[in-house]
Amino acid sequence: MSLQSTITGKAYVLGDNVDTDQIIPAQYLTLNPAIPEEYRQFGKYALGSVPPSQAGLPKGHVPFHTDDEFVSPYRFIVAGKNFGCGSSREHAPIALDAAGIKVVIAEFYARIFYRNAVNGGYLIPFESTGRLCDTICTGDELRLDVAAGKLHNLTTGETYELKPLGEVAPILEAGGLFPYARKVGMLRS
Amino acid sequence: MTPMTLTEKILARHAGHAGRDHVQPGDNVWIDVDVLMTHDVCGPGTIGIFKQHFGKDARVWDRDRVVIIPDHYIFTADKMANRNVDVLRQFVAEQNLPHYYDVGTDRYKGVCHIALPEEGHTRPGEVLLGTDSHTCTAGAFGEFATGIGNTDAGFVLGTGKLWVKVPPTMRFVFHGQLPPYLMAKDLILAVIGDIGCDGATYRAMEFDGDGVYALNIEERMTLCNMVIEAGGKNGVIAPDQVTLDYVNARNVRGNPYTVVSSDAGAKFVFEKVYDVAKLQPVIAKPHSPDNRAFVSDIKGTKLDRAYIGSCTGGKMTDFRAAATVLTGKTVRIDTFVVPATSEIAHGLKTETLNGQTLEEVFLSAGAKIGEPSCAACLGGPSDTFGRLNEPLSCISTTNRNFPGRMGHKEARVYLASPLTVAASAVTGVITDPRDYVG
Repeated sequence: MSLQSTITGKAYVLGDNVDTDQIIPAQYLTLNPAIPEEYRQFGKYALGSVPPSQAGLPKGHVPFHTDDEFVSPYRFIVAGKNFGCGSSREHAPIALDAAGIKVVIAEFYARIFYRNAVNGGYLIPFESTGRLCDTICTGDELRLDVAAGKLHNLTTGETYELKPLGEVAPILEAGGLFPYARKVGMLRS
Repeated sequence: MTPMTLTEKILARHAGHAGRDHVQPGDNVWIDVDVLMTHDVCGPGTIGIFKQHFGKDARVWDRDRVVIIPDHYIFTADKMANRNVDVLRQFVAEQNLPHYYDVGTDRYKGVCHIALPEEGHTRPGEVLLGTDSHTCTAGAFGEFATGIGNTDAGFVLGTGKLWVKVPPTMRFVFHGQLPPYLMAKDLILAVIGDIGCDGATYRAMEFDGDGVYALNIEERMTLCNMVIEAGGKNGVIAPDQVTLDYVNARNVRGNPYTVVSSDAGAKFVFEKVYDVAKLQPVIAKPHSPDNRAFVSDIKGTKLDRAYIGSCTGGKMTDFRAAATVLTGKTVRIDTFVVPATSEIAHGLKTETLNGQTLEEVFLSAGAKIGEPSCAACLGGPSDTFGRLNEPLSCISTTNRNFPGRMGHKEARVYLASPLTVAASAVTGVITDPRDYVG
């Protein structure tokens, strides 16, 4: 993915410790993401175990998508601490990608989710400088200048600085671990 | 030479073909992998990525270093789950992989993290990567072991390498004699309660002290198993004679290995010392492993179900402990017993307590015994043994209690030691194991 782009879309807001079982419930891990049709289906089950009161903050009880849709109307997830904790299942960033999520903005991530998001090239995991899940509301229209790490809330007019992507930027820019490894000579192309 | 921790030393030795003299936390290094493990849930995706990037006819980097253990969704009528085992089977045949433990054969094992050491795939000083977050369990053997995703695993399958960031190490020292009513599960739940489920994010957790070295190897595995519940990258315990005796007895292929331990003066970013004699039985309340309470604080809480199993709480030591409570008693609530592996299932049929096999102890107490696998620890297909298909309250020896983890998203899961779970099964309410054990 190009890190020079601008991404615009609606925010879906979650709280702290959104674990991989909430992101993609274990019963759907029978789908094989290596098969394109099954990859697409992960979108339908994304965020399937988030407790209703925590789904779409601040009010909660906002469905991520309607039951029979594969893609959600949201492009951003804004969350609190330790996003993606729990299992190593790559199905978690895959489910968000399949549901149309381009960017997650959390205070910080569980390590394996972060690695999977970056190395698989599924979405951009940004870290916020403050606790944006308390200020951004589900449904707010956001615009992200990826290279500058600047997030504009078009609904409220507020602007936020995100933390630099740092050492993972070249991997994201390349499109994931494989293209990155080819670029730096770790893999013959 | 700057002193290094055990984790730093292993990563330095594996950085590039010649290794490096020194690494420090924060360094990004390409490391050579000793063993890659995958299973039926993440194997098909990993194989897909391997074929996509290396070609349909590509060969794995080293067939002796790839271990494939179907364990998650095994005893189910779910067609997709069965299809995934077929994907593994086909790949193993194509690649002629020697270390495959197929369903429906004498080689079938069950839960990968227990099967790996039983089959001699865990050795001190090595790097073990697995497509499962509880791969950290193998740190009990003095190696660097951590969970990775499909993309990373697909890359390792083709190259035998992966980039990793060297983590800073936190040190947890346990002193004293563990009282008979406490188990390693209580110790790790206490640690997670203290530092929180993000307290070790991007960090290694090293366990030390006479309280750790008094534990048997299975209990040390329980300690390392749950470091991921604090966000830890890996958990590790330097080997002693107990470790080496276990490893040598299982290392039937005679793989060489090097024992590594932290240097004197190695830098730890955090250190906490526990006196185990002063600890109490610990429980993690719904819906997070760091939602800690003392069992005594919430005793009497009504339960619907008890579950004893998984990589965390389904080993012989766990069943031995549960049996000491359940012998001659009857459970008040539905109680599910799931041995982690076929070797442990066999142990339940052969090991005895008061003239009964452990299996007889559990069955005569009214518990149900399932086939060795991950079973309901992570929910799984709806016909999974012990799965919470209703919003029930369950006390469990497993590792996670996030919403939906064991099935129904409104189910309430309490995590505790096998002693606490067995005591609670007998009464039907959360019960302090000290009511039954010394």
